[in-house]
Amino acid sequence: MADGNIGLWTVPLAVLGGAIRVSTPFLFVSLGECITERSGRINLGLEGTLVMGAMSAYGISYLSGSPWLGVLAAGLTGALLGALHAGICSLPRVNDVAVGISLMLFGTGLAFFLGKPLIEPTAARLPAIDFGWWSDVPQVRAALRINVLFLIGVALAPILFWAFKTTRWGLLIRTAGESADAARAMGHSVLAIRLRATMAGGFLAGIGGSFLSLFYPGSWNEGLSSGQGITAVALVIFARWDPMLCLWASLAFGGAAALGPALQSVGVTSGYHLFNAAPYILTLLIMIITCSPKRTLSGAPAELSITR
Amino acid sequence: MTTEAADPVDAAAIAPAADAGFLQRHGASIEYILIPGAALVAALVVFGIFVALFGKNPLDLYWYMYYGAFGTWFSWQNTLSRAAPLILTALCTALPAQLGMVIIGGEGALLIGALAATSAALALQGMPPLVVQVAMVIAGMTGGGLWILLSGGLRQYRGVNETISSLLLVYIALAILNHLVEGVMRDPASLNKPSTREIGAANMIGSIPGTDVHWGLVFGLILAVASYVLIYHTTFGFAARVAGGNIRAAKIVGLSVGKLILTVCFLAGACAGLAGMVEVAAVQGRTNANLAVGYGFTGILVAFLARQNPLAIIPVAILLGGINASGGLLQRRLGLPDASVLVLQGIIFISVLASDALYGRIGLLKGKS
Repeated sequence: MADGNIGLWTVPLAVLGGAIRVSTPFLFVSLGECITERSGRINLGLEGTLVMGAMSAYGISYLSGSPWLGVLAAGLTGALLGALHAGICSLPRVNDVAVGISLMLFGTGLAFFLGKPLIEPTAARLPAIDFGWWSDVPQVRAALRINVLFLIGVALAPILFWAFKTTRWGLLIRTAGESADAARAMGHSVLAIRLRATMAGGFLAGIGGSFLSLFYPGSWNEGLSSGQGITAVALVIFARWDPMLCLWASLAFGGAAALGPALQSVGVTSGYHLFNAAPYILTLLIMIITCSPKRTLSGAPAELSITR
Repeated sequence: MTTEAADPVDAAAIAPAADAGFLQRHGASIEYILIPGAALVAALVVFGIFVALFGKNPLDLYWYMYYGAFGTWFSWQNTLSRAAPLILTALCTALPAQLGMVIIGGEGALLIGALAATSAALALQGMPPLVVQVAMVIAGMTGGGLWILLSGGLRQYRGVNETISSLLLVYIALAILNHLVEGVMRDPASLNKPSTREIGAANMIGSIPGTDVHWGLVFGLILAVASYVLIYHTTFGFAARVAGGNIRAAKIVGLSVGKLILTVCFLAGACAGLAGMVEVAAVQGRTNANLAVGYGFTGILVAFLARQNPLAIIPVAILLGGINASGGLLQRRLGLPDASVLVLQGIIFISVLASDALYGRIGLLKGKS
């Protein structure tokens, strides 16, 4: 076993490693979107935020030499895009779904524009913690090289769950999402709550993007994210706006997304593109199974336009 | 879902005061031209500032954009050729919008339409070109139609949000295309860029006589006018708009909303599928990943800028086609990256959506009520 020749075991191991590695962007985007949607607004623009986050993280890490500054920059960029979304949505008669689509196109375009000079150079990447030191099998060690951001994301899920349930801020966000009138009656500005919730969502989605460019796959190019942001937005819907379910769903998605590369590594090359589409097919299937035309989804914030 | 944004009711339009002047009487129609126009100008100014931040002269930028889009007969032809698929993909968003649905998967229907049209052409090699071309049109439209029908059906029977499902289907369509083009449909001779075999020079639909603009533009114009007639001058279109305005009222008067949704989604997808057929039969001559250049996504912007009106889509598509066409010149003369066109499109999109807030608020155009 020690020579790394583990045959077909490579596939489940790679899927496990993938579940840990590939799930991180899904996790951050879905947790961020969870905050935003709980406040009663949907931000479809997180796909653009993810790409902008990836680009700005790579750029700042390259210029400053510190990947953690890059992560911070990605978060701030995401928060700015979130503020833009919330700002436009707070104008009368503006539709949040449409604004999300426009920000998706704007974010990707801007990232490609600003990121042109970043395709060549190599930026400092985020370090990984070696949890596989006990094993001699290289594949196990590779699967257990875990990034700190993943751990932060995993910790964030229960924290958010707790915060929604018990803190004053969680209650305010949920009130704005369930009944804007009630929040107004309590003397709070719904627009201000949603602005903060969308900025927080953008911050997390930006960090998710930094993981893409600074850890895995770990470089900046224009094909970095193809639909991972939108998949994560869909993921929130069938995770029923529950941060803990977002965590499990993200892990399942990471595993599905790792299936293509894993099979390729053992020589199964036919159907490579179809396996790469696995997360999208999985999303669609889960949405088909969990949605129903007769009732609104349980757990859906009542103010959310997309489920009404 | 879009009732707020898609249908701003102007107070002046409902009850024009008897003594209102010209501006007041036509306030609503003027708004529909003035506000998107102002949003466009604002977007161009913002983009000019953005470009100035990178040390380029905004006046040069505007000049090259104009020159590359509409400055010469050559650029006009380039612009019109790019407008053709944009008209068709914009219809893919505009038709479902009449029902209050936000479909953003035109790119997927375009790819599937291209695949279907190519398959039809390859299966019918040796037949008379007209037969092959008609088969390509039918195959492309059916393929694209079924693809968006999938989103419509999921919405109708499973309550799956059509915006998200149609976008997911774009990525799935791209995966299917890559899978087939690198697999069973691959032309062994295409080494660097996996492609299908060519459909054959005789089967290409060619250009409008006297120009280099391909016949796809005529397809687009015909379908845009047909969609306009369908929506505003038929019972079917009236029923669709009623259902889009108030779904409960539509059900009470006995409209079968499900049938409306499925039919409209099929027609919408068929338009985008035809765009894919046109790109194959007039430009590429084969199917490969080059088809996924974002016509489907720009089409969303065209539809929103045209306020989902099929006739307004025509000039807006030409405008956006012009912006696309000028991208090459901006790259060569100003050294701007090719993504600058995407940035400008994003800014226009945002500015147009934000301008929705202005309807019915321009004092000069308001009637005294």
